[in-house]
Amino acid sequence: MDVAIAQRPVRLDRRYLPVVGTLVVLGLMLTVGGTRYDNFLSPAVLSNLLINNAHLLVLAVGMTFVILTGGIDLSVGAVLALSSVVTASLLQAGWPAAVVLPLAVLVGSVIGLAMGVMVHVFGVQPFVATLAGMFFARGLCFLIAPESIPIRDEAFVSLASLSLYSGPWRVTAGVLVALVVVALAWWVLHLTQLGRTVYAIGGSEQSALLMGLHVARTKVLVYVISGTCAGIAGLQFAMFSRSGYALTGVAMELDAIAAVVIGGTLLTGGTGFVLGSALGVLVLGLIQTIITFEGTLSSWWTKIVIGVLLLVFVVLQRALSLRKT
Amino acid sequence: MTTPAPEPGTVAAPAREPVVEMAGITVEFPGVRALDGVDLRLFPGEVHALMGENGAGKSTLIKALTGVNPVAAGEILVAGEPRRFTGPADAREHGISTVYQEVNLCENLTVAENIMLGSEPRRLGGLDWRSMRRQAREHLARMGLRIDPASSLGSHSLAVQQLVAICRATVVDARVLILDEPTSSLDTDEVAQLFRVVRSLRDDGVAILFVSHFLDQVYEIADRMTVLRNGRLVAERRTAELPQRELVSMMIGRSMELLEEVDRAHDAAPERPADAVPYLQAVGLGRRGSVEPFDLELYEGEVVGLAGLLGSGRTELARLLYGADRADVGETRVKGTATRLRSPRTALAHDVVYLSEDRKGEGVVGDLTVRENMILGLQAARGWMRPLPRRQVDEIVEKYIKALGIRPANPEALLKNLSGGNQQKVLLARWLATAPRLLLLDEPTRGIDVGAKAEIMKLVAELAADGMSVVFISAELEEVLRLSHRIAVMRDRRKVAEIDGGQDVGTDDVIELIASGGEAR
Amino acid sequence: MSARVGTVVKHHLFWPLAALVALLVACTIKRPAFLRVSVLDDHLFGAPIDILRNSAPLLLVALGMTLVIATRGIDLSVGAVVAIAGAVALTFIASSPDPDSLGTVVGAIFVALGLCLVLGVWNGFLVSVLGIQPIIATLILMTAGRGIAMLITGGMITTVNSPPFKTLGSGFWLGLPVAALVAYGVFVVVAVVVRRTALGMLLEAVGINPAASRLSGVRARTLVWTVYAASGLFAGLAGLIFASNTMAADANNAGLFIELDAILAVVIGGTALSGGKFNLSGTLAGVLVITTLSLTVTVLGVSPLVTPLFKALVVIAVTLLQSPALRARLRRRRPGSPAPRVEQPAENPAQEVHA
Repeated sequence: MDVAIAQRPVRLDRRYLPVVGTLVVLGLMLTVGGTRYDNFLSPAVLSNLLINNAHLLVLAVGMTFVILTGGIDLSVGAVLALSSVVTASLLQAGWPAAVVLPLAVLVGSVIGLAMGVMVHVFGVQPFVATLAGMFFARGLCFLIAPESIPIRDEAFVSLASLSLYSGPWRVTAGVLVALVVVALAWWVLHLTQLGRTVYAIGGSEQSALLMGLHVARTKVLVYVISGTCAGIAGLQFAMFSRSGYALTGVAMELDAIAAVVIGGTLLTGGTGFVLGSALGVLVLGLIQTIITFEGTLSSWWTKIVIGVLLLVFVVLQRALSLRKT
Repeated sequence: MTTPAPEPGTVAAPAREPVVEMAGITVEFPGVRALDGVDLRLFPGEVHALMGENGAGKSTLIKALTGVNPVAAGEILVAGEPRRFTGPADAREHGISTVYQEVNLCENLTVAENIMLGSEPRRLGGLDWRSMRRQAREHLARMGLRIDPASSLGSHSLAVQQLVAICRATVVDARVLILDEPTSSLDTDEVAQLFRVVRSLRDDGVAILFVSHFLDQVYEIADRMTVLRNGRLVAERRTAELPQRELVSMMIGRSMELLEEVDRAHDAAPERPADAVPYLQAVGLGRRGSVEPFDLELYEGEVVGLAGLLGSGRTELARLLYGADRADVGETRVKGTATRLRSPRTALAHDVVYLSEDRKGEGVVGDLTVRENMILGLQAARGWMRPLPRRQVDEIVEKYIKALGIRPANPEALLKNLSGGNQQKVLLARWLATAPRLLLLDEPTRGIDVGAKAEIMKLVAELAADGMSVVFISAELEEVLRLSHRIAVMRDRRKVAEIDGGQDVGTDDVIELIASGGEAR
Repeated sequence: MSARVGTVVKHHLFWPLAALVALLVACTIKRPAFLRVSVLDDHLFGAPIDILRNSAPLLLVALGMTLVIATRGIDLSVGAVVAIAGAVALTFIASSPDPDSLGTVVGAIFVALGLCLVLGVWNGFLVSVLGIQPIIATLILMTAGRGIAMLITGGMITTVNSPPFKTLGSGFWLGLPVAALVAYGVFVVVAVVVRRTALGMLLEAVGINPAASRLSGVRARTLVWTVYAASGLFAGLAGLIFASNTMAADANNAGLFIELDAILAVVIGGTALSGGKFNLSGTLAGVLVITTLSLTVTVLGVSPLVTPLFKALVVIAVTLLQSPALRARLRRRRPGSPAPRVEQPAENPAQEVHA
């Protein structure tokens, strides 16, 4: 005798609904932009969308890992700044780029590790631990260099100005790095035990523990991943701006969190997709682009529109989760 | 401890050596000795039932074995080797898998992941989803379960989730399978299916530890039993050698005698005048997906018992009466006047109070003191701007600590540090302090020690004798029968019968009503 | 360690006060006259008075934050609300024909506080009625709020000259700074109300166990709604003090990171972010630690830009010292101390964080 279960109607799995929502918004924005403005859908504009947001893409990837476990990482903006400052100051001091680049990323990983240990071993709330990490990294930035440091190292500059052209499309090293990071994150989250443990912890930490998954290791590791991503993003930003400055990335953690939420990941953990976060970043970038194209709209509308979009998505997700129960 | 000499010619014990042998296990929590020198042996190819009342120490013993609870004293041998597991994962690696009472899986993951994670097939360094789904489907099929492994676990019923959890346990080469109340949310067909799986595992030589409250199920499936009471070992017997009556008396022990006292209070059944108006009357009250519309009349001075199995709608009915959940059909009348009880606050305003079955989740405010917990209901009714005068607070607290025998008798102790029974008394005091007319008690005696149980039941009887209207819900039919003047029988989220209580009504009558869905009488 | 020392060390105010004393000692060593208060033009002057005045906005924000956190919430939007309050008040004054009149200033204050109350009510609505997680609900206003402030000021840094309004931030009354009098006055009133009425207990009950509170008849929804409204109102008042201090509404930088400082102050003060038990005295100590820290950094001759680093160190130290996990570890390592308590039954290792 079989237990017959016919609970799955043939329609879109509701897990994908939020991401589909993001996709719809993205499509809508592209359509509206394309019809309203000339050249909006031109390869140059779309290439720039990626180039300008490559660092945010990487930050959002790291943030997705943390949020999927039900945590949060407020430090990413400051760690990004720290990584860029470390890069610029070491290059200025004459260190070879081949040493500086991995070192800058490592700075992010180490700060992430420290925060992960605070969260998991000492039971400090993620919010507080990463807040401390944020202040720590920001203070360290100013300790190293209160002023903006220009980067003149030849190897670095040539890497930074590397552009691949395919017809009118342009891709920089930063964009390539971002795409690799997104792909890697997708692979880790969906095709490794680590990734599935991230989801399991977000679903129910206790269950994950009883299922015999490596909860402790994973909980620390997500902060290391996020810190590492912030370190990489710092490099990208240094390439993008050809400088390192202690005040870069202020409040960028909010953009990263907003991108993740708009991408359909729940802050309670357990549900969401890294590709959704990438879409979320593109939505944020498009808002900026549209407001630039509009010309008459002042820059602060960006923030207001992002806020409204956040509201809409959060309320929709809430309605969705209420209907489920 | 030495292994007893094998009895020659024993049929049902194919293997002589126990695969798990626990001896003299003692587990201590702050202020409580949860287990005191308990022994347990599990033989391969046997289903072993662990029996005992709530709070007897069954779960603690399981957790001691799997390394969740630290063991203060005693020895654990697995296949003859002394072991102390660091946790369920460690235990699982050594062939001991556990399926818990609440499904401890991740609802947000797919069925396949829930079954396979930890022993998942890999390809090119990553998970091989296709094989994972295929293998999961095979494992499910072996249990006769046909569900899509790619669906998320949360989209399935609790029963299916439970079977998935057992399926997960069978994936690793389990030598010992612990089933902690696996049947509490399953219907008859599903139980039969589960038992088929259990039997086939047993025939494969797996040792199975089975915990259940349902005696019939235990007698159907178990080869051997260990009985615990109040953290101590009472006996280990072969099922065939232990009649049900004896088992029950082993499990309940002292509480039978204590409960005798309650009978006296019960004998004084109130004479209700013919024109009496019920204090609260529900007419066709119901809520979709929760309880089907029912009628119920609650008179002052009367205890109405709600009998039924777990999930039969007992709790849901009480929550509707209290306004904790909103009814979508029907109406409630307080003293004959139609009154919508939309929220706990409205119910409270009409002197209706509800003691939740979920003591920890919906009752105890752990970080507040005994004093604060006791006056919470009263203070909430007064609003924050009019604090109770300190003197009045002290009087209330002193009165109830004394009247209910709350230990420790310290009003400033944090409630989370009290034992379950004393917490329950504090919560009762919270409600009694508001001078209610109708008391809805949902499992007030669950998970507390026998002494406190009897005290609470006595108190309920006295309150009713003083003219309060009481609804008494308990999984223990004995208790319902002893206390209630009338009994409403629930089944499948429906009120199926209502009978008068009294000496001539026995547990068998009620069980019959539940089993037949109210058609017996 | 004797039992009495043990209780003192365990008191929630011990570590924040120890940090405060350490900072003051450091300052006094560097500058022996640091703690001296002198009278000049009928006003009190000196570092302690500076600390009092500088702590005013943070104290107000942290006050609201403590109440919000007590209900298991968090209010990230207060920084944005600070900016909005300044923007509204100064724009109101700048656009009035008579910026110097008391009437204009009172009007500006009322309009600004009114709007901030509305914003607080909005947050409360999202959290208590729609049931959105507090962190994300207030993130919305945190993101949009500065945009709204810029919308109000038209993207400019609005500056005005209005002596009555200036008094709020930099005036003196009875020899004490008005800003400090206002903030500490509000603080004391709220503290008294919270502890003398049943408000404090009911807030804690809601924070510790929302379901139990609701079933006990506590108006959980109204209470939660109220604390967000209060948080908005207090943040608005803090914004007015900020604006009056600089007489400029800088939508971008007014109250930047004040929500984080406020949360730090609450955490340093020993109130857990997981809600429930709260203590306003701890928050006060936390606010003083953070304010004094900024001053200490300058006194010690370090660039004020590095202040965040020291904040991080203080937070890490205090949270780790308060961490039960670390305490348990230390106890295990010290053989002379009383035997370690038996581990709590690990029935629910994953205590739910957000309900």
